Amino acid sequence: MEIGLNHYLVLSTILFSIGLVGVMRRKNLLMLFFATEILLNSVNIAFAAISHYYGDLTGQMFAFFVIAIAASEVAVGLGLLIVWHKRHGNIDLEYMSTMRG
Amino acid sequence: MELYLYLALFSPLVSSLFSALFTATPKKQFTGIVASGLIILAFVSSTILLTHILSGGDVVHVELMTWMATGDLYIPFGFVVDQVSVTMMMVVTLVSSVVHVYSIGYMDHDKGFNRFFSYLSAFVFSMMILVMSDNFAGLFIGWEGVGLCSWLLIGFWYHKESATWAANEAFIMNRIADLGMLIGLFLVYWNTGTLQYEQAFAAMPSLSTDILTWMGIFLFIGAMGKSAQFPLHTWLADAMEGPTPVSALIHAATMVTAGVYLVIRANPLYDLIPNVGLFIASLGAFVAFYAASMALVNRDMKRIIAYSTLSQLGYMFVAAGLGAYWVALFHLMAHAFFKALLFLGAGNVMHAMHDELDPFKMGGLKKPMKATFIMMTLASVALAGIFPFAGFFSKDLILEVSIIEHHYIIYSVLLFTAGLTAFYSFRLVALIFHGEERYKLFGIHPHEAYKFMLVAMSPLLILAIIAGSFKMTYFEMVTALLPATEYHVHSVAMYWIMTIGTQIFVILAIAFAYKKYAMSPVTVPDGTSKMENRLCYKILINQYYIPYIYQEYVVKPYRELSTIFWKEIDMKIVDASVDGIAKIFYSTGENTRTMQSGNLSTMLKWMVAGIVALLSLAVVFGLAVRYSDEIKVILSGLGVQ
Repeated sequence: MEIGLNHYLVLSTILFSIGLVGVMRRKNLLMLFFATEILLNSVNIAFAAISHYYGDLTGQMFAFFVIAIAASEVAVGLGLLIVWHKRHGNIDLEYMSTMRG
Repeated sequence: MELYLYLALFSPLVSSLFSALFTATPKKQFTGIVASGLIILAFVSSTILLTHILSGGDVVHVELMTWMATGDLYIPFGFVVDQVSVTMMMVVTLVSSVVHVYSIGYMDHDKGFNRFFSYLSAFVFSMMILVMSDNFAGLFIGWEGVGLCSWLLIGFWYHKESATWAANEAFIMNRIADLGMLIGLFLVYWNTGTLQYEQAFAAMPSLSTDILTWMGIFLFIGAMGKSAQFPLHTWLADAMEGPTPVSALIHAATMVTAGVYLVIRANPLYDLIPNVGLFIASLGAFVAFYAASMALVNRDMKRIIAYSTLSQLGYMFVAAGLGAYWVALFHLMAHAFFKALLFLGAGNVMHAMHDELDPFKMGGLKKPMKATFIMMTLASVALAGIFPFAGFFSKDLILEVSIIEHHYIIYSVLLFTAGLTAFYSFRLVALIFHGEERYKLFGIHPHEAYKFMLVAMSPLLILAIIAGSFKMTYFEMVTALLPATEYHVHSVAMYWIMTIGTQIFVILAIAFAYKKYAMSPVTVPDGTSKMENRLCYKILINQYYIPYIYQEYVVKPYRELSTIFWKEIDMKIVDASVDGIAKIFYSTGENTRTMQSGNLSTMLKWMVAGIVALLSLAVVFGLAVRYSDEIKVILSGLGVQ
């Protein structure tokens, strides 16, 4: 069986769902970052696959952009995370509720 | 000439605005003086315009600016000085000049001195717009303006409950009538396509009689309110709550005659519908008698004069209704002079008696107040219509008109009313000035009014005496515009019998009044005398129970209806729905604020939920668009569309 576009898209969807559930369920900020990475990379897979399917490089270029942005986001995010940990001694989402209305 | 027109029109406005600057400050003598000066300027300008018109000059017609111009509707701020309006201008500016100067003395001790002059001049300005406008729209602005100023001035002493009540009554009664007037104006515009007098009247002969009749009726309803004709008359007597100069200017000489002016102005219309004219005349005769009968027994000096005004307005409507427009205008003019004089005299008496209004508590005032006594007696003589005073010429003319037009019932009613007029006028004079000095019982020391107030009144006195001699000059002037019907009784003998008969009748009535109230001792009525317990006296003193009927059968049911509307409809439906909408917002906020827990996880869950919702919507719409044809087929199968 040849691996076609649909397989990639199904894989992307599965990864996206996993990421989404992770974003919703995880209470640890670090795990949240991981889940976000999974989400972004599932999209990257879809971009690359569709780009290959149409023979158009735009999608792959977008994937590169997303990777770059994700890297910087993680860099900033991790920095903040460390500061937070130094101050409060934990990185549990349940305690980050200063925005409570 | 245009300059004088603008001066006459706008100097009262300047006067009003100038006095308005000082309304919040204590009394300033110069506001009164400046206001009077500006009104006298308007009077002088009007006089110049009058001489211009009298010497055969052209009608002065100006268009100040366009007011409304949309499609076919074109209403300019146009003003015209023709033979009719110049007569009204003279009456208005002359009486208001006198009243302004008089008020400087009369309102001397009043806290609202400056405010009073502001209102009074604003009234003059509105009245000038009313009489000078060359179209119905301008007339209506003036009409409402004088109504507003009348409200302000009746309720001038607003801390008095009765004054505010009277002011509101006058305003509401006028509002009812103004609805009729507005419908009349709409009918005129609808059918003739213009509100300019000239074009509208030119277009009227080609209209059907039905439409013209309705126009005439509705315009007359407006006139009925302003001129206080039955059944909208009750406000005029109550309007006496205002300061006396106001009663003299607004509720005797000028504003209340606006209704008569309207009928005179619309003479081409009323000429086409003689039936409505006959109705107007009959109503006028009825009101003349009706008001005079109430004046017979009343015990309030100002109300007696107010009823007399009402009665005289009835006379004017008789003349106008019978097509003798110039006679109506003539009586309007003569009446303005002697009635304003009478009111100002009553103001002097009131001042002297410390606002006592019951003439039974006065008596013998001719000694301390000689000048006022002479003026009021002469004004009453003029009102009674004794030769050669002004009232004789104008009132006799109305009687002649009614007999020449073969309306004998109207004639006899008017003749009888002339006797009543003489009786109640001299009853008042006798009670105030003759007989014992009953005021001493009440510990009052009367004093004559200021000299300048008496001097200010003198022009009115002179005119009340000599106005009749202008009859022919006046006739030649106004008949350039109004139908020039000369009224002469056919046989000379009959004319003399009528005139002398009327004179004797009137003099007998005067003599009777003097005998009853000046020669024989008068006591202050206390409700025990035989006369006071008679049925007819009770009917008359209670004004035929009309105010009572209005109170019981109009005001109270209306109040109850309003309460029902307030409690049932306004509170339960309108308020409830508005409050309900507000409550929805409150409760959604209250219920959804838990969403804002500050917890990142919860927020992310809501975000995902939102995305899912939007996505599913997008999918549903996408599918609907894609399968729209099939959906239409299904819907038509179900009978929709």
